[in-house]
Amino acid sequence: MKDLKYIFSYMRPYRRDLMTAVLLVFAECVFEMIIPLLMSDIVDIGVVNHDLGFMLMQGGRMVLCAVLALVMGLMYARFAARAANGFGAELRLAEYKKLQEYDFSNLDRFSTPSLVTRLTTDVTIMQNAVNGGLRPLVRSPVMLFMGIGMAFILDRDLALVFVIAAPLLGAVLGLIVHKVGPLYNRQQRAVDHVNARVQENLTAMRAIKAFVREERESERFDEVNRELADSSVETFRHAVLNLPVFQLIMYTTVICIMWSGGSFILEGSMTVGELTAFLSYVLQVMNSMMMISNVFLMITRSLASAKRIREVLEERPALSEPAEPIKDIASGSVDFEGVSFKYFEKAKKYALSDINLHIPAGSTVGIIGGTGSAKSTLVQLIPRLYDAAEGRVLVGGRDVRDYDIKALRDAVGIVLQKNVLFSGTIRENLLWGNPDASEEELSRVLEISCADEFMDRMQKGLDTDLGQGGVNVSGGQKQRLCIARTLLKKPKILIFDDSTSAVDTATESRIRHALAELKDVTKIIIAQRVSSVIESDMIVIMDDGRIHAVGKHKELLETDEIYREIYESQMKGGDEHGKSI
Amino acid sequence: MARVFSGKRPENLKRTLKDLVSYIGRHRILMLFVAVLAAISAGANLLGTYMIRPIVNSVTDGSGFSGLIRGVMTAVLIYVVGALSTLGYTQIMVRAAQKILYDIRRDLFDHLQKLSISYFDKNKKGDLMSLFTNDMDTLSDALNNSFSTLIQSFVQTVGTLILLFILNTKLTFLVIIGYGAMFFYIRYSMSRSKYYFAKQQTRLGDLDGYIEEMVAGQKVIKVFNHENANLKTFEEKNKDLRSAGTSALSYSATMIPAVVSIAYINYAIIAIVGGLMVIRGSSDIGSLASYLVFARQSAMPINQLTQQGNFILASLAGAERIFEAMNEEPETDEGTVELVNVREQADGSLIPCKEKTGKWAWTDKGRSGDTDSYKSDKTDAGEGAGELIPLRGYVRFEHVSFGYDPGKDILKDISLYAKPGQKVAFVGSTGAGKTTITNLINRFYDITSGSITYDGIDLKRIKKNDLRRSLGIVLQDTHLFTGTVADNIRFGKPDASPEEIERATRIANADSFITRLPHGYDTEVTGDGANLSQGQRQLLAIARAAVADPPVLILDEATSSVDTRTEKLIEKGMDALMKGRTVFVIAHRLSTVRNADVIIVLEHGRIVERGNHDELIAQKGEYYQLYHGMFELS
Repeated sequence: MKDLKYIFSYMRPYRRDLMTAVLLVFAECVFEMIIPLLMSDIVDIGVVNHDLGFMLMQGGRMVLCAVLALVMGLMYARFAARAANGFGAELRLAEYKKLQEYDFSNLDRFSTPSLVTRLTTDVTIMQNAVNGGLRPLVRSPVMLFMGIGMAFILDRDLALVFVIAAPLLGAVLGLIVHKVGPLYNRQQRAVDHVNARVQENLTAMRAIKAFVREERESERFDEVNRELADSSVETFRHAVLNLPVFQLIMYTTVICIMWSGGSFILEGSMTVGELTAFLSYVLQVMNSMMMISNVFLMITRSLASAKRIREVLEERPALSEPAEPIKDIASGSVDFEGVSFKYFEKAKKYALSDINLHIPAGSTVGIIGGTGSAKSTLVQLIPRLYDAAEGRVLVGGRDVRDYDIKALRDAVGIVLQKNVLFSGTIRENLLWGNPDASEEELSRVLEISCADEFMDRMQKGLDTDLGQGGVNVSGGQKQRLCIARTLLKKPKILIFDDSTSAVDTATESRIRHALAELKDVTKIIIAQRVSSVIESDMIVIMDDGRIHAVGKHKELLETDEIYREIYESQMKGGDEHGKSI
Repeated sequence: MARVFSGKRPENLKRTLKDLVSYIGRHRILMLFVAVLAAISAGANLLGTYMIRPIVNSVTDGSGFSGLIRGVMTAVLIYVVGALSTLGYTQIMVRAAQKILYDIRRDLFDHLQKLSISYFDKNKKGDLMSLFTNDMDTLSDALNNSFSTLIQSFVQTVGTLILLFILNTKLTFLVIIGYGAMFFYIRYSMSRSKYYFAKQQTRLGDLDGYIEEMVAGQKVIKVFNHENANLKTFEEKNKDLRSAGTSALSYSATMIPAVVSIAYINYAIIAIVGGLMVIRGSSDIGSLASYLVFARQSAMPINQLTQQGNFILASLAGAERIFEAMNEEPETDEGTVELVNVREQADGSLIPCKEKTGKWAWTDKGRSGDTDSYKSDKTDAGEGAGELIPLRGYVRFEHVSFGYDPGKDILKDISLYAKPGQKVAFVGSTGAGKTTITNLINRFYDITSGSITYDGIDLKRIKKNDLRRSLGIVLQDTHLFTGTVADNIRFGKPDASPEEIERATRIANADSFITRLPHGYDTEVTGDGANLSQGQRQLLAIARAAVADPPVLILDEATSSVDTRTEKLIEKGMDALMKGRTVFVIAHRLSTVRNADVIIVLEHGRIVERGNHDELIAQKGEYYQLYHGMFELS
């Protein structure tokens, strides 16, 4: 329930709409309740006295009340729609804003599909809860209290039946809601299991078909499917008890009233009309309690979504900004001083341990190492995508934690391994690097990244639409565009995280030589191929999260076992350098 | 409440209902119970209210205390029956609904397994996912609530009308006119709100698409300090959705108040007309009073129906999408040739066996009829009736053309062969058609023209599952499944023993990292192997192929994500794995294809060069250029 309170606080900007809507429903409800009173006058006074004028007048009043209720209802619809949709939009925006503050480690904690669900489906569910719950939530208490009030006015003694029946009904319905809440959670987990299995199946459909695993997959699905069916039965079995329980108590009450009411009539202390009216109030009170319990059940179902949204909103960005951030990055030198790092605080193993490295400004550094040797992790500490657990990372002679994060990231251009282009034109994508870039600058970076050669072949050149996720270009072309985009930032430090793996060696070597012209820029290149790093001022060999060796190509070839092994595996057959891809 | 107000309407209501009814029909006895009990429950509720009149009458007409007792006892009886019926139908409905939903989910999943790969190319994964999530959800809500509500509302409407007719026929025509007015208003309002809902739906899709793309690229956004620029676009799209949603909801939310008001106005008219009838003496005041009680109730079921209407339509739209997928034609399999594992007996004859022996044979069980359509070439396929013939792994393409879309051929006039035990490598740039060729061998797609034969048998004549079982494949993207590491390796051979698994992992050189995992082979793989590196996943995929021990092997970029050192480690094992098998290999690194028997260079779907490494280098053509890094691979 705390989650709900938290989530509903995002209703605040639309509080006025919400309050208006509540008032309008209240008024609508009151007008509706007046109608039966006017009606009884038509019969008891108009018909009995054969007063046609009175009857028409009362009838006119009834129509007036109905029309007023209608007007209230129509206006309510407008305000409620505004409040519900505004609330949904507000939640979505809050989540999206929060997401922009997330750091890499926050993003690692949530998976992409889970974040998407939290921003889309979960918000819709909350919005629908407001939209569907508001009206009954206001009407039921109004009808409840007015019903009880009327009953007491009619016959105080008989109304005492409420004193027993209403709390009893409330208690039982409360008990059911209480029992069903945790069951819904269990059912939700079963739903998650089904979804996970389906997701896995759809993602791997080719592998499943290739290995003829369809039947086994169906069997595996059957497990989670059955789990969901069973837990749903268990949940709903309890949830639907509210209806018979409600009827049982309501019917009992009605019988009691018939009995004692009948006796009162026999005694002469009550009239027939009064008994009929009284009974209709009893029904109204019970009905409204039933509605309240339904609303509660409905809210219980939205709890899971509320919880998931709250988790997004309450996630704290992993990195903190310094009190007096420095915006000027003096030079492109990089130092690692006794740096250790792990992705999760609770992880047993450090991803990086005891890294000490000095990279002078303007130099070219190659990093190679086996799969999982933490090459990417190492370079991601430089633009402060993560913070070191121990030790310091320095850029331009200062701890990265002293800089303004935006300034630091502008100065450090990193071409990520898992890179993406966004829907839009090539130009729009490139301008991410610098929104004010001139045509000359654009053509210059395209030239350096060797993207100019295929740009001519594009139908509309720079204005070619890339499609969602950049589907209209090949892997190698995509990588070159990503490089161009980063170059446009004019960074002091340029990091390539295996960024040319799909580019052929000849083009790659041309890119490398063009980059060498950028004298002031520190270039850090992670590569699989020895040929990509062979000319570097310094080659760093990573092994299992540690720096195994540092040196130039020749030195390493003589002194380092791992380097020699990598070199030979790629240069097999005694070819010249760079011909082995 | 997981109901999504979407305004989606089913396109083909009749067919969807028919499909849905066929599922409901499987549990027709339960559903019949639900229907009968729900009707009784609604009837009891109605009758109970009706009992007020005789009770009151019995009190007033002087039959006194005994009359009261008789009336109350009757009411007790009616109510007890009513409450018990409610208990019964709600409990049965919960179970029936879950049985139906279970069936639909199972059949949908099973049917998806039977569809061809091209179906999954055409349909986005997200859309298929939403069949199981959103669409099943709304359907579930509808089954849980709407079915019994519909029956009860129907019984109440009809019951009330009957009682009203009994009480006062003339006035009841007014009630029916009221019903008509409500009905027309509902229809009018629904057709009006359709436009707004459609608009809301488009905007919602737009925003969801944006969220999906941006969340996936969030890390790149961070690296480029692009957060604020994106926020602006998001705010606009969010605002657009809000205003569209507000109009749609403003419209649809007027329905209930409008219907209620129509009912009240009608009620007032009935009261006045009824009053006039009493004044004129054509009715008495007592009947009018009870008539009015029922007239007031008569709008209630209409109200309920209106509330359910939107949900029911939305859920039918969801059901329609589910059944559309289920009515998709499954992958055709007209094959009659079976490929089986065999054991060689002492006398040299072969007998089929369940376990994997590494020896395969084929037999044609159903080749009496249609020899015409698959007139095979000079091969020995004709002799295979019933007897087992050893499978050798001879694959031959003759003038094969293929395109994903008709008229747009990706592969043009491909002819090639791989003799048993040969290694054939494909090289060429992206889009040249390398992967497509391998997809044709395991019949993910059917060719447009030409023929592909496997040991001389046309691929179409071989049972698909047998064909695929006999082809080991390591795909470009490795997908791992929830389960242990051992389960994942066993993927290609469910009954593999621990020894077999270990042998396979040794071949793939995966054993060293597996033994270092926290629980070794029993380590749980989570979230498509998120806890393993790309290289480790690829090693597992290779081990997976190794354990299946097939006569033909397809390696699609199998070692692209393994660093060259690790690649060297597995190379030896791979050589052992490839020995004695026909191998098709697509590789990014030319070092892996160098020792192939034949290298086939593809360009724009055509074979431009073929030969072994030395021949092709000597030719100084495309391969020479590729090899010297003049073109992009991958």
